[in-house]
Amino acid sequence: MEDISTGSDSDYSSSWISWFLSSKGNEYFCEVDEDFILDRFNLTGLNNEVANYSQALDLITDNLDDDIQDELRSSLDVQARLLYGLIHARWIVTARGLSKMLEKYKRADFGRCPRVLCLQQPLLPVGLTDIPYEKSVKLYCGRCEDLYSPKSSRHGSIDGAYFGTTFPHLLFLVYPTLIPPKSGPVELGRDAAGAGGAAADGGRTRRRLREEQVEVSAAEGGGEGINTASAALKADRYKPRIYGFQVNEIAKLQRWQEAVRDRQVGRLEALEDRTP
Amino acid sequence: MGRGSASSTPTSTLTWISWFCSLPGHEYFCEVTEDFIEDDFNLTGLNTMVPFWKEAMEMVLDVEPDEDASKIPDVSIVESSAEMLYGLVHQRFILTRVGLQAMAEKYESGVFGSCPRVYCVGCNVVPCGRSDVPGLDTVKLFCPNCNDIYVPPSSRFQGVDGAFFGTTFAHLFFQTYRELSPAPFWKAPSAGGSPLSPRSTSGSSSSRGSPFVNPNPHGGQKRAAGYVYVPRIYGFKVSERAKSGPRMHWLRLRPENPSELDMVDWRGRWIDEDDEYDDDEEDDDDDRQMEDFDPVI
Repeated sequence: MEDISTGSDSDYSSSWISWFLSSKGNEYFCEVDEDFILDRFNLTGLNNEVANYSQALDLITDNLDDDIQDELRSSLDVQARLLYGLIHARWIVTARGLSKMLEKYKRADFGRCPRVLCLQQPLLPVGLTDIPYEKSVKLYCGRCEDLYSPKSSRHGSIDGAYFGTTFPHLLFLVYPTLIPPKSGPVELGRDAAGAGGAAADGGRTRRRLREEQVEVSAAEGGGEGINTASAALKADRYKPRIYGFQVNEIAKLQRWQEAVRDRQVGRLEALEDRTP
Repeated sequence: MGRGSASSTPTSTLTWISWFCSLPGHEYFCEVTEDFIEDDFNLTGLNTMVPFWKEAMEMVLDVEPDEDASKIPDVSIVESSAEMLYGLVHQRFILTRVGLQAMAEKYESGVFGSCPRVYCVGCNVVPCGRSDVPGLDTVKLFCPNCNDIYVPPSSRFQGVDGAFFGTTFAHLFFQTYRELSPAPFWKAPSAGGSPLSPRSTSGSSSSRGSPFVNPNPHGGQKRAAGYVYVPRIYGFKVSERAKSGPRMHWLRLRPENPSELDMVDWRGRWIDEDDEYDDDEEDDDDDRQMEDFDPVI
């Protein structure tokens, strides 16, 4: 029972997805393209994860019957969020999903690294597991390569499985030019400012996608000249001091850590020399 | 000295110091005792850094100002002087036994918050400055588990000068309270247990088995939270050979046992490096020769 009119562009602003994205606490999510959701192949297996799967899917795609009972509707809402989250985890590791999340990253929608020496490096969301209901979402810093908890409890309660364990690492694999430098100011590619304007405006989605494709092909696979073998040597670190003197045990640990670092750098540089 | 005159505060139950420490954003400050401030020795050198010194002292100590107070153009100037005075005295006070004690109470009650790093598993942090000179940087938070510093989560601390806590306090604190300081080594709880599961870092591991002992009596006596994040793509570790591969694992890494710390000399070179890492061998030979000249321990 498909109601054609609800899916049309005129009603776009009141679609379930745009409502979901604009609700408070859902700032980390990006918009999953409708055709990605409508391609059942992409949803393989999710019917086992979500109760009332087909109705939840209808709700997400705004095809749900209006005459559905209210109590079912509220429980469906929970299922629809779960379903959207799980689809989202799959979507953001596709080429188009990555580029949508990249826009959000450039706007620092996921916050900035709390580590002082990361100089406000923008973060990326990541899960500790791909299984829902296990761990809340964490934030990955590409500079110190570590995980932090979201500042706000609104974000701290989002399921990490809605972002998955792979996403931030795939992003830097696909866009090696965006791997943050280990020192110096934060730089986010050429069009960091330009990305800000393109908010969720449904009517222009198609055109924007095409533009993104161009941008993706420009950045993707680039970075042949990038060499990160000795990047860690530039990383700044905090050295505790008491009246100006290093703290013995911590200094010892830090020397050991730096020796581990130097050993890796030696390994990677040797590798670099061997490959033409 | 107008100090002799009876002190009377506007709201007589609340001293200026208590009032100051109760302001939003001032949660990290502890109350400096009045006798510490009244001992001139503790204030050596501060009078050159604080304008309207006398008036600021009177304000901090709730002393009635002199009759000829009219020469001060604006109360707000004295207020900022009083804040500077209190902050600089605070920097010194929290290094004393009484001050450390007062901060320890705040630490244990979690006033300073906990480390935002996931694998520090909520280790409590202490305020610290990046400079002892006021006006350079705002207060930061030091985590004893990862030995790193963080920006306070709330913007209300962005107006608090880091010098009011100083560079030394955080570390003197953990030297003083070694039982609060995580040790520099860590072994994954269940031997052979998969490091894939972050559950292994949960607090339960510390309750199990014998009480934790660091053989270095001057070192941290608390079991560390030592798990380090390993990035994975579709379940596979990202290889270090990839350009986007891990480069910062070392920053958080701890050796499994304390003796490994001694495998690195005071300049940060491996002592007696052999087999596995043949690439560095030549360098290391030079290194060892040099080593003989240095009477290290």
